[in-house]
Amino acid sequence: MTAAALPRRGDRTLPRPIESAIEFLRLLSKRPSGLIGFIGIVFFLVLAFVAPIFVPNQVNPDVTALYETPSAQHLLGTDNSGRDVLNQIVQGGREIISVALVTAFLTTLIATLLGAVSALVGGKFDAVFVGIADIVLTVPPLIVLIVISALARPTNFFALAMVLSSLGWAGLMRQVRAQVLTLKERDYVEAARSLDLGLTHIVFREILPNMRSYIVIHFVLAMTGAIYAQVALIILGLVPFSGKNWALMLYFANTQGAFYFKDAFWFVFSPILAIVLLQLSLVLFVNALEDIFNPRLRSS
Amino acid sequence: MAATTPADAKMVAQQFPTTPRAGRARHILGYWRHPVAQAIFKAFLTVFVTTSITFFLIRLMPGNPIDIKIDELTKDGLMTYAEARSQAASLFSIDLDKPVLEQYLSFVGNLAHGNLGYSFVSQGTPVMGIVLAVLPWTLFSVGTGLLLSFSIGVFLGLFAAYNRNTKIDHILSLGGSIISAVPNYFIALLIVIVLGVELRWVPITQMRGATSPGIQPGFTPAFVGDVLFHAALPISVFFLSTLGHWILGMKSATINALEEDYVNAARARGLSDGRIMTAYVGRNAVLPLVTQLAITAGLAIGGSIIIEQYFVYQGVGLRLQAAVTQRDYPVMQGILLMVTLAVVLANLAADLLYSRLDPRIGRAGGATGT
Repeated sequence: MTAAALPRRGDRTLPRPIESAIEFLRLLSKRPSGLIGFIGIVFFLVLAFVAPIFVPNQVNPDVTALYETPSAQHLLGTDNSGRDVLNQIVQGGREIISVALVTAFLTTLIATLLGAVSALVGGKFDAVFVGIADIVLTVPPLIVLIVISALARPTNFFALAMVLSSLGWAGLMRQVRAQVLTLKERDYVEAARSLDLGLTHIVFREILPNMRSYIVIHFVLAMTGAIYAQVALIILGLVPFSGKNWALMLYFANTQGAFYFKDAFWFVFSPILAIVLLQLSLVLFVNALEDIFNPRLRSS
Repeated sequence: MAATTPADAKMVAQQFPTTPRAGRARHILGYWRHPVAQAIFKAFLTVFVTTSITFFLIRLMPGNPIDIKIDELTKDGLMTYAEARSQAASLFSIDLDKPVLEQYLSFVGNLAHGNLGYSFVSQGTPVMGIVLAVLPWTLFSVGTGLLLSFSIGVFLGLFAAYNRNTKIDHILSLGGSIISAVPNYFIALLIVIVLGVELRWVPITQMRGATSPGIQPGFTPAFVGDVLFHAALPISVFFLSTLGHWILGMKSATINALEEDYVNAARARGLSDGRIMTAYVGRNAVLPLVTQLAITAGLAIGGSIIIEQYFVYQGVGLRLQAAVTQRDYPVMQGILLMVTLAVVLANLAADLLYSRLDPRIGRAGGATGT
């Protein structure tokens, strides 16, 4: 039942970062799809955060080159005002991935703390927060997000991340809680309790370090959820971003009617492909992580 | 957040935590601790909390829609503040002169009577009528797509688990991962730009709307065929976007079930493999997935806001999108409440179905044996 079953090896009681990184890559290289996912993630991180430094941001429209199909000059064609699509793809990943990272961080933080504390404190506190999580899980998330965004209009990307994580924590919180409920029966937690080491010590020193793999998996999962939701909100025009951004390209494509214009195919298809490949890399990577951390499901 | 992993499938196993024995008061508390009673209570609570938060957002937040509407009405100087205030109040069915608590109670009372206020844009049209005209189309397309993907996905997942580590298993598992990584609204958009515009295989313009203009509603083959023709694209999207989830979830649940003692016991008793697969393994593996149906429905309905826009299918999503652009707050509020109600009822139905399917759940006083 435990997704957090850690690889039990004597030499990992004191993990040295480099040693465990090599071990991790060794395990990963045995899983082709996981390796592809990992390479994909690295590729998109480089594309979004490093490539823009070297590629100048093209802002000026070019009326002589509207909706051009792919050519040697414009590898992915041009958009409705003649700007290079590939240039926008390079520039447009930063915001999406930043929001996803911040949202995943906030979601994982809220969920892990609430889940761990709920399980350890128990009683009314536990019942109340499990109840809240149940309610958050039941309401259709995107509809609530749309109504909240229409009312609150998040204007910067941190506000958007806050809105997204306010609904994303519930599922993970319940799983962390269940996980901690089993962990807290372990001897070392009992020992810490009998030494009266306090809740903070037990949560941060005893429980969470033993859930590292589990938390990493859910951090990546939270990223996929955050990308899904924020792209939806931007496509609907609910987040007044102005910079370059894959989802914003699709919003403009929609308002320009480019979906139904055959020559605009690459202008519409490129951002979709970028987002789908990013999501796919994350999912393949997380599948491999689960495989590595959970020997029961290990396929070879 | 789309539950796409085996770990998520396991979460549902904890949906009904083992209830501690309640000691002397057990047979009284037994009814409260009964999962069915808890499920009904949870459904009520969810609707109540959503209603309250909606009221808070609409009425008490700074810069809330009522203030915005009053500003709008007084801006051109045709209306005094008092007039504007009373009109805004009547649009939302809220009496602004009463204390907040009474406003809240009357708001809840109105909702209980099915009065969701009036649309800003189409003056004098009750929100309830607007929502009821579009909700069935979305529930129909989401429901059909989900039931199809559930039955086929569960079958494929069972099949993959029984053929573990074969080529078919790898194709199904990888295919399931890939398709569940694609956001559902992109499946819709890809159908439009690839199959509709680029290849012209699908007549997307003729398939717009919920029905063809001028067709007579009724249980005639022509009407049913027309409804299915127009719903085909949304149904395909909901089918494809949820299929991977069921394949992966069922595969991992089946693998877990195969290791259970009762399966070994059944084998030892010499039962046929087919009987073990359907009555022992399959039945137990599918149980946790049933409770996920409602949550998945909620996710699908969320995606329908964009999906219906791309297909121009007149469901609740297209209407919500219009309400958001027109800032028609009563309609937004009404859609939010009615969709939540629909999902909560679906959840309740799934919980009740679960307790029917799993005899361990049906017993009062706990012993849910997870």
